[in-house]
Amino acid sequence: GKAVVGLASRKHQRTSGPVEVTVRDALNQAMDEELERDERVFLMGEEVAQYDGAYKVSRGLWKKYGDKRIIDTPISEMGFAGIAVGAAMAGLRPICEFMTFNFSMQAIDQVINSAAKTYYMSAGLQPVPIVFRGPNGASAGVAAQHSQCFAAWYAHCPGLKVVSPWNSEDAKGLLKSAIRDDNPVVFLENELMYGVPFEMSEDSQSKDFTIPIGKAKIERQGNHVTLVSHSRFVGHCLDAAAVLAKEGIECEVINLRTIRPMDVESIETSVMKTNHLVTVEGGWPQFGVGAEICARVMEGSAFNFLDAPVTRVTGVDIPMPYAKILEDHSLPQVKDIIFSVKKTLNV
Amino acid sequence: MKTMLTVISNALCRITGKNVGAQTVPELLIDLSEYVNLTSPAAHASAQAQRQPPKPPPVSTRSSAASQLARAQLDQLDGPGARVAVTRNFADFTPQVTFDIKKCDLHRLEAGPPVKAELTREQGLQYYRTMQMVRRVELKADQLYKQKIIRGFCHLYDGQEACAAGIEAAISPSDHLITAYRAHGYTYTRGVSIRQILAELTGRKGGVAKGKGGSMHMYAPHFYGGNGIVGAQVPLGAGIALACQYRGNNQVCVTLYGDGAANQGQLFETFNMAALWKLPCVFICENNKYGMGTAVERAAASTDYYKRGDFIPGLRVDGMDVLSVREATRFAADHCRAGKGPIVMELQTYRYHGHSMSDPGVSYRTREEIQEVRSKSDPISLLRERMLSNNMASAEEFKEMDVEIRKEVDDAAQFATSDPEPPLEDLCNHVFSNNPPLDVRGTHPWSKLKSVS
Repeated sequence: GKAVVGLASRKHQRTSGPVEVTVRDALNQAMDEELERDERVFLMGEEVAQYDGAYKVSRGLWKKYGDKRIIDTPISEMGFAGIAVGAAMAGLRPICEFMTFNFSMQAIDQVINSAAKTYYMSAGLQPVPIVFRGPNGASAGVAAQHSQCFAAWYAHCPGLKVVSPWNSEDAKGLLKSAIRDDNPVVFLENELMYGVPFEMSEDSQSKDFTIPIGKAKIERQGNHVTLVSHSRFVGHCLDAAAVLAKEGIECEVINLRTIRPMDVESIETSVMKTNHLVTVEGGWPQFGVGAEICARVMEGSAFNFLDAPVTRVTGVDIPMPYAKILEDHSLPQVKDIIFSVKKTLNV
Repeated sequence: MKTMLTVISNALCRITGKNVGAQTVPELLIDLSEYVNLTSPAAHASAQAQRQPPKPPPVSTRSSAASQLARAQLDQLDGPGARVAVTRNFADFTPQVTFDIKKCDLHRLEAGPPVKAELTREQGLQYYRTMQMVRRVELKADQLYKQKIIRGFCHLYDGQEACAAGIEAAISPSDHLITAYRAHGYTYTRGVSIRQILAELTGRKGGVAKGKGGSMHMYAPHFYGGNGIVGAQVPLGAGIALACQYRGNNQVCVTLYGDGAANQGQLFETFNMAALWKLPCVFICENNKYGMGTAVERAAASTDYYKRGDFIPGLRVDGMDVLSVREATRFAADHCRAGKGPIVMELQTYRYHGHSMSDPGVSYRTREEIQEVRSKSDPISLLRERMLSNNMASAEEFKEMDVEIRKEVDDAAQFATSDPEPPLEDLCNHVFSNNPPLDVRGTHPWSKLKSVS
């Protein structure tokens, strides 16, 4: 088989069953495969080439593909995001990396006004096939300016697709779909997940493995309560579910995978079974992902199946502090999810 | 003469209720002729070139009426139109002339564009037609806006026609162009019909963006709008140039911005990357002396916009002369195509209208200044005078073209005002490209709308 460059942690077991792959390597594989498949695809961002990526997500790609396809940029987010959008308008398929999504605020006009809205404004004359990717949300000890979650901000805007993977399969399949999508996709990764290994099925190792954007996944079946989450907190929900199972409470855990367009149908189907809903996210509560889920469930067919109001578990409504004890208490912990489930179930 | 103009101007104001301060004498009279029946006086100097047996003109001699009246022959208004059959053989005309053009100011360049420009008769007539068409479309848009048939933003380009015409003359359709919101002229030169432009302005389904974009969001192959956010189009243009370089297709991207946008930070980020990567990008600053209501001296510590690219070579060009613009653009495009990297061009130009239709344009500049530019540097007049004084065409030809163009514009306006608005079913379409249909929430939960690509 082909040697895949720069995947030191990966065991070479392409043809025999599942394999353990970190989220970082899964993202790397996705980009490698798409760069190989379509010569219009290229990656640009700060430190993506010679540094192998600020978080090593693009390790080995510059060595393999060279200066033309893997482009180091100066620290000019607004400029290079605009350049990436222009290249997409002219028919290339750029992947524009923000070192973290906090820096995307410098460039947010290009993401929204130049990328998201153009297909509509031009009544279909001008598509913008671009992916904006990078780590989103809290990391560890990086404090307020480097810890914001942008899921709600970007998911507010029509014309954008917003994707938030949790595990390695999500990361690979969704990134490949995002790159193949003819529309602007905001791809929210998570720095704390990069190093986490997950089992990847045999199917997911195929070069044509993609996960559809806009479809959630039931990570765990259950009857008593629905937990809906995205990105890193899916793992927290599964941990909470394991603890609750010992007390006889069976949680259904839904991994949103895509924030916009949101798969509300999967949530509603689940709620019609469990009658209880708890949303879990790292972002701030006001105007957030959980708030949107509450509104949608209230407006839809599942409302009448609720035995209790929807509960949102969110980050604390403050800028992220630095000290570890404070930081730990700024984000949902497993015990917060367990507590919220029990309150919702009134047990 | 001046009194007469005042009389006419005041009469027109009373009749139409419009502020006609910004119009030239011929334009005043053309408007007046819509209310008052003007017939052509006995014309000897301005004979109509007629290739067929003469027919009585309906109201066709407005142009000659204008020039006659300007010569104070108002008392000869009664009487039927003079019909003089004079034929000119086209072999009488000079086929090509070499003109002297102004030398450009240079920045980091050893040599600049040539100081002579060749113009063939065909080219001259074509440039004239293009510029006059843009002029008439913009004036028509002005009219329609005052009638409230065009809404929202409308930034008019009259005065700056030589820029759009000259640039297009120097590049090919396979090159790329992007500009800001004063975009109607470029939309036309890049190939969109005036029907589709005017219908987009009036928000009808026959508009180039089906009525969904409006004045600032018109697109065509290799024309990327029409951009509403000041300065945002500059990185986009460099990105298009990157795509040209990536593909190795020898194409360039002409990226336009104004003197106002020249102070945007993203421009300097873009200059840096374009120079670093030697992107084939021709950055063109259309300096019309005012960023909205702020004169350049009040906005920029350095008004040498052609030097603002710092390490990028630059040239400053007379933007009122279509030949200067053409030669400079050609020079700039060649520079990029030779792999030398980007280049900055400053076109010194002028807009007759205010910043937009909501700006009368006289609170931050004087009417005298506007009038002076009109009388001394109008790009269309400059070209016409050049051709006439070198016997490259006849006055009658120009008048005929003017009439033709006016008719085309009137027809297009007729279409633009009668075409239906886009159907409500189109409301949510074109959110995503190449996507299965999706549901879109309407204004309330029971309103479930459909979106197709």
